[in-house]
Amino acid sequence: MLADIGRRALLAVFTVWAIYMLAFAIIQLPPGDYVSSYIAQMASMGSVVTDEEAQNLRIQYGLGQPIYVQYWKWMKQIAEGNFGFSMEWRRPVTEVIGERLWLTVVVAVSALLLTWVLALPIGIYSAVRQYSIGDYAATFVGFLGLAVPNFLLALVLLYLGFTLFNAHIGGLFSPELQDAPWSLARVWDLLKHLPIPALILGLAGTAQQIRIMRANLLDELRKPYVVTARSKGLTEARVILKYPVRLALNPFASTIGYTLPYIVSGSIIVSLVLGLPTVGPLLLKALISQDMFLAGTIVLLLGIMTVIGTLISDIVLVWIDPRIRLEDT
Amino acid sequence: MDAEPLLSVRNLHTYFAQDEGIVKAVDGVSLEMNAGATLGVVGESGCGKSVTARSILRIVDRPGRIVEGEIWFRRPTANGGTGSHAVDLAKLEPNSEQMRSIRGAEIALIFQEPMSSFSPVHSVGNQIIEAILLHEAIDRRGARAKAIEMLRRVGVSSPDQRIDQLANQLSGGLRQRAMIAMALSCGPTLLIADEPTTALDVTTQTQILELMRQLQQEDGMAIMLITHDLGVVAEMATDVAVMYLGRVVEQAPVDAIFHAPKHPYTRALLRSIPRMRARSRERLTPIAGAVPHPYDRPAGCPFHPRCPDFIAGTCDRQTPGPRTVGERHTVSCFLYE
Amino acid sequence: MAVAADAGPLPSAPTADKQRIFVASQWQLMWWRFRKHRVAVASAIVVGGFYLAVLGADFLAYSDPNASEAQRGLMPPQAIHWFDDGRFRPHVYGLKGARDPKTFKRVYQADPGQKIPIRFFAQGFEYRFLGLIPMSRHLIGVDPGRDASGTIFLLGTDVQGRDLWSRLMFGTRISLTIGLLGVTMSLVLGVVLGGFSGFYGGVADTVIQRIIEILRSIPTIPLWMGLAAALPRDWTILQVYFAITVIISLLGWTELARVIRGRFLALREEDFVVSARLVGCTQMRTIFVHMVPSFMSHIIAATTLALPAMIISETALSFLGLGLRPPAISWGVLLQQAQNVQTVAISPWLMLPAVPVIVVVMAFNFLGDGLRDAADPYGR
Repeated sequence: MLADIGRRALLAVFTVWAIYMLAFAIIQLPPGDYVSSYIAQMASMGSVVTDEEAQNLRIQYGLGQPIYVQYWKWMKQIAEGNFGFSMEWRRPVTEVIGERLWLTVVVAVSALLLTWVLALPIGIYSAVRQYSIGDYAATFVGFLGLAVPNFLLALVLLYLGFTLFNAHIGGLFSPELQDAPWSLARVWDLLKHLPIPALILGLAGTAQQIRIMRANLLDELRKPYVVTARSKGLTEARVILKYPVRLALNPFASTIGYTLPYIVSGSIIVSLVLGLPTVGPLLLKALISQDMFLAGTIVLLLGIMTVIGTLISDIVLVWIDPRIRLEDT
Repeated sequence: MDAEPLLSVRNLHTYFAQDEGIVKAVDGVSLEMNAGATLGVVGESGCGKSVTARSILRIVDRPGRIVEGEIWFRRPTANGGTGSHAVDLAKLEPNSEQMRSIRGAEIALIFQEPMSSFSPVHSVGNQIIEAILLHEAIDRRGARAKAIEMLRRVGVSSPDQRIDQLANQLSGGLRQRAMIAMALSCGPTLLIADEPTTALDVTTQTQILELMRQLQQEDGMAIMLITHDLGVVAEMATDVAVMYLGRVVEQAPVDAIFHAPKHPYTRALLRSIPRMRARSRERLTPIAGAVPHPYDRPAGCPFHPRCPDFIAGTCDRQTPGPRTVGERHTVSCFLYE
Repeated sequence: MAVAADAGPLPSAPTADKQRIFVASQWQLMWWRFRKHRVAVASAIVVGGFYLAVLGADFLAYSDPNASEAQRGLMPPQAIHWFDDGRFRPHVYGLKGARDPKTFKRVYQADPGQKIPIRFFAQGFEYRFLGLIPMSRHLIGVDPGRDASGTIFLLGTDVQGRDLWSRLMFGTRISLTIGLLGVTMSLVLGVVLGGFSGFYGGVADTVIQRIIEILRSIPTIPLWMGLAAALPRDWTILQVYFAITVIISLLGWTELARVIRGRFLALREEDFVVSARLVGCTQMRTIFVHMVPSFMSHIIAATTLALPAMIISETALSFLGLGLRPPAISWGVLLQQAQNVQTVAISPWLMLPAVPVIVVVMAFNFLGDGLRDAADPYGR
């Protein structure tokens, strides 16, 4: 088991390195750099940046050097904990990102938890009462959840909230507490605002998991060990929950690893629509204005966060299924 | 001999409602078992033996239902007396407390495939102890001790280690022994064994049968041995019930079945066994025709299309009921009406 | 010795229906099973309908999708009145614009005095059907001589006064075809890499598997956003279109590759494959004649399910402004106008492009599910 975890950890390291490369590539890809878009911006406002000024800016931001030099420089910086300087905001990147990264994590994790809380019971019910009205209803809602892209759902809900209830359902905090320091009241405020974004984000995942759970459970329910359990005199509920559900959970658990990147991804766009103070809106702005350190750092951090989450879920999976412990995957 | 039978199945009908029609898996099964006896239930694949066993335990899979019939089972009366009373299992709710207290504790079932009959992620000990805890007033440690003792009784070596292993870590023979241990852990009066040795090699087969016989002697329980292997029946059974297409066509003591079979199907079955003393290259005598499709049951007696003694006008119109033709010997055939 | 005499009639021979099942080919069996799944069949029809619209976008539209007029901005959808004094004469009311004295906002009111009859198969702006045949007939139009642009607004107009229905028709074209190209690329990548991985195993398998795992662990949207934002601003629509397709499918092939690898791995050990080799089939023949047909159906199902993901990806990227940009028209570009609540609250019809997205994705999902069930030899 330890060897297995070690292997996955090694793979995680590789993944992080790959993400770093991609993040760096993204930064370098657009023709021109921040200074050139800054110059254009200045020009549209009527002022002119001289070549000398441009050159100085470039040196200041380290933009003039060859790529591989910039590559190593950035890696060294990150190792020291210095994520660079946001040119647009004129503040260190870490300050700009601030609590947004944590909020992104909070939203993603709550979406994940909600997915499980909803999908498991519904999936079990669907399988055990196959072809019942509840089953069909769950399947239909599931399909709807899969088909409607989450940002559209967010849009529709926003619209409905606005026109029907005259309420603004976006955001993670009430206006008063938006920039306030952390306190119990703020935490509670956050919890009150979480359900809607979590639901929107998690709906597609929930639909997916319901179908997987249902299919897995249907497969397991046909197997002989279920009959054995029943023949011992256990209650039907216990027969189902202790045996086939436990086995149906295994492939389920292995999906956490890939649900997390999916949810984190989805949260970017949904955050934009709902105006959540997470990393998404920030990333978009940074990309459009070619604020390279900010954009690259966000992509890197998001990637690392996801990889860590995936690693944790893999460890959990190995723990749940004793069969994996024994064999070499 | 106990005058009152331990188990008396009367005219059992278990049907499955499918999209394409109704499958009459059990269509009029009547059989009787005395305490301590061994009843061999034989028949070809698909004749309804397993469904009968599951009907007795009320664990028939949906959409199967018992539509008619009675299953009388004799239980010791509660409050410790020596009396007993019979209860009709067909009338109980499958998930009711009464049925569940019988299932596993008084009637136990062992299966053909021990590998897939154990949960792959729980240890065998876990599954045995679960049965014990369910039916006996005993704490966990006591249950574990009992489980280990049970494993020892069935011949599992190092039971205190084996108890924590998974099913796939045991050999085929050990697995079947573990299954027997699980079934017998609560001391049932009736053990139903559904093809317990079919998946085993011949040597292991003998060992398991020997074990079952020994346990039966020690505990005095009755065994319903479901199999398609006439050899096993000859060795183990005191009585035999022959099934065809969902009905018991003949039930008799084992000697009578083998030496004086009455029903044409039983006779045809015995005839088709290759004989050791036959001349080489002698042709085998299979039963003419094939088992009908479940949705295509013949009218009247189910065997009539393949019966060498078919009586036109009778056998294809009416269904014969069981007739007593000797001591503990019943036949369902118009030849004996 | 004596053979048992045949007695009595044999059980009835299999009916004609059952005979057909015995000799039917794999595809016929699949088709029969698929047919039973009515929802899937209905979805197939829906999808087919959408792709017909792709072909006939010009015909179905009645306004030049780029004809903008600021004065007509943000007009609500017009109601079609089917009867005129008891006679079946579909028409719309002309619109009279006025400025609300209090808010200074433009307010439109239906002017019952102006009845503009709708004509079917009327003349309108010119186009080339299938890019070849010059035509000028459209499904709907107004009296000859009058251009439908500026008179009919079945779904209202956007900020710049362009008719939404016509734009929606053209948007369908791009949104649905981007999906096709992307999926084809993913399919090729997936089959080649997945097949290699699964059939040959060994080092190649390990390397490819690790790459797939790495790619799957990366949150895709930030990557897409980054790559899409990196596209030069001065590229033509077509270049951007292809670039977006490439970007999306570069990450999308992993799912298909996994499925195919899984199938190859499972099939490699099957007895029929071993016997094919023993009989003397070359490797190529084994793969293509014996193995591939076994999972062809799975591939079809997986591909069908991959399409909606592509469509949603493009819609999402364009919605953010990172994908296709005006003057290109796709559902995502159309939805870009509906980005904030205030706009949407006043002109909710701007959200209408979401409807075809949802319908198409649902239809593809049902279709893919139906195909997968029909293809599964062990299903009921």
